[in-house]
Amino acid sequence: MSFRAFTAIIKRDVKMAMRSFGDGLTLVLFFIMIGVIIPFAVGPNKVLLATIAPGVVWMAAFLSSLLAIDRFFRADFEDGSLLAMRHASISLSTIAFAKLIALWLTTILPLIFATPMLAMMLNMDYELFFRTILSLLVGTPALIAFGGIGAAITVSLKRGGLIAPVLILPLSIPILIFGISAIKTNAGVGVENTAVLFLLGISMLAMVFAPFAIALALKLDQE
Amino acid sequence: MNIQLPPYKLKVNNLQIMRSSREILSDISFEVNFGEALLLRGANGVGKTSLLMALAGYLHIGQGLIDWQKPIKKDDERDVYEDMFFISHLHAMKENLSLRENLKFWAEVNGSDSAIDDNKIMEALEKAGLAHGADFDALLLSQGQKKRLSLARLLVSRKPIWLLDEPTAALDSEGDKWVASIIDAHLDAGGLIIAATHLDLEMKKNKRIKTIILGVDK
Amino acid sequence: MKKYSPPKNINKSQTVKEMNWFDKLAHPGQFLKWSKYLILPLSLITIALFGIGLWFAFFNSPEDYQMGDTVRIMYIHVPNAWLSQFVYMAMAVSAIGTLVWRHPMADVSMKVAAPLGAAFTALALFTGSLWGRPTWGTYWEWDGRMTATLILLFMYLGLVALWRSFDDQLRAAKLIAVLTLVGAINIPIIKFSVDWWNTLHQPSIISAEGLSMPASIYTPLLVMMLAFTFLFVTLHLVGMRTEILKRKADALIRKSVSQTGNKGVGK
Repeated sequence: MSFRAFTAIIKRDVKMAMRSFGDGLTLVLFFIMIGVIIPFAVGPNKVLLATIAPGVVWMAAFLSSLLAIDRFFRADFEDGSLLAMRHASISLSTIAFAKLIALWLTTILPLIFATPMLAMMLNMDYELFFRTILSLLVGTPALIAFGGIGAAITVSLKRGGLIAPVLILPLSIPILIFGISAIKTNAGVGVENTAVLFLLGISMLAMVFAPFAIALALKLDQE
Repeated sequence: MNIQLPPYKLKVNNLQIMRSSREILSDISFEVNFGEALLLRGANGVGKTSLLMALAGYLHIGQGLIDWQKPIKKDDERDVYEDMFFISHLHAMKENLSLRENLKFWAEVNGSDSAIDDNKIMEALEKAGLAHGADFDALLLSQGQKKRLSLARLLVSRKPIWLLDEPTAALDSEGDKWVASIIDAHLDAGGLIIAATHLDLEMKKNKRIKTIILGVDK
Repeated sequence: MKKYSPPKNINKSQTVKEMNWFDKLAHPGQFLKWSKYLILPLSLITIALFGIGLWFAFFNSPEDYQMGDTVRIMYIHVPNAWLSQFVYMAMAVSAIGTLVWRHPMADVSMKVAAPLGAAFTALALFTGSLWGRPTWGTYWEWDGRMTATLILLFMYLGLVALWRSFDDQLRAAKLIAVLTLVGAINIPIIKFSVDWWNTLHQPSIISAEGLSMPASIYTPLLVMMLAFTFLFVTLHLVGMRTEILKRKADALIRKSVSQTGNKGVGK
């Protein structure tokens, strides 16, 4: 019974995201455009672009997810769904966990599908490209988890969309550091794999603990 | 009375509610048994919604006691708040989902004793007078129809405690009668209802209805 | 205060408690009374410590054989760097007080500490870059410590901004407490990741860690750290008093507004 409630939340959020396709498309466009304006900023030197490509892809993912933070809980907060969910057959932290999974599926997964385009434009080779995908897959859950905390804390603020990224950015720096190191470093072959492990650790810890922080913040928001 | 639901009791003693360091209500005491409804009356801003929110466990209580007395049942670890509905002025319905999808979602999230099939959802929609539009998006509903959809949640998942904040707001007289009938049926089944409402609910057995008026003694 | 005996099977309840000594001391009104007598002695201790510390630092401690007189920046820099972490720790402890005991004094302590922490952290960065110019040849170096301190400054400033975004300061306190604790858990992770990143890209930088200090440097440094800590404690106390008085004034204004409102309704 509880599992049915858990999947119902994921299914609903994914279904709604697919129906209001515009939001998702905007995010993907934003993601790609960051990759497109970088060559204008630094010049179309292919060697240079390939060097900075991992950083650009991560920055694009970073900024896109920050842009999406505000939507995480706002609709459910404003239409009373979050209040009603406190009487669900699963706890609010479990619901927060389900929402985080749904958020990852609806905001990050489309970006990962759009990554080949960025890879092409930034002159990545195959190895770099696959490592980028791996790094995004492993690291973005933590990004979503931190974003969720920021969204939950600012959900009762009308201008929450402005402040949440500022709160979350400093906390997310380790994700960026390990995320980019997991793709490419000049410090030897083993280092990339160490970074993947660190990234995996942060993502797992964040996905385990963030739901509790989010549930606590959402409860305090409703007081 | 034919008790089908877990028999809850509520005892509220000397309750004081503070919100952002302002006292909203104080010295509230009452008792409600299963099979009984308590109607909260009083002018706007007197704290009816805050009282319901406190009973629903949303607010931190300054002083006093809210005691939901649970029916004793072995290996029952359920939280009292799981056995509770809070129907507020927010409808908690998504405009780009159909009525059927909205209702099914809440049935799944709230849990229900039996399997959730389309028949049960349709039955509830029919009782709410919304069956003809089951597959339309909730966007198309009027305020009154949204309220009906919101109330239809009560019918698809069975929970013993109903907290209703203005359940008949925006409803027509047919709607009022329908709300009275579901309240009546719920009390028959041994449910417990606390409702903030201005309407006189016409009941078959009026003795089950208690009323308190907030904010008069000050 | 009303008292009553609660029924036997309490399910969800909050009961009126007797005030113990801690509650009495920490009650906002009582706090205003007893803290009044602390301000003067604390200020005097702070001034005395600064006097001794600065005298040592400028006139009675040796120059560094490499850095010369610029080593004296350390006497300002290190205490501020210490405070940048200490204040966050104080804030995290207050955050626990806010969430677990819901104590209004914890809210106030947390709120007042945030801008102070930001100021000390900014000073640490400023003196660090002044020191960096002659020793590293640049104002800013992406060294592990300086980078982590910069991130800490952003965290402080984020918290200050968040306090200002809320109208309802009671709700703000609880939500900010959650964020403060999330940040506290994150600080070691940030520190570790930045150090790791730093060794990856700039293995050549030698940090001052592990050098043994002679007592002639150690003593003034310790005195200065004490002086700055007392400065923080004094400012924090004064800030808390101001904040409590401000909240009392706000409450009075709200009360008078709501009374006139009631008259308007004609009760």
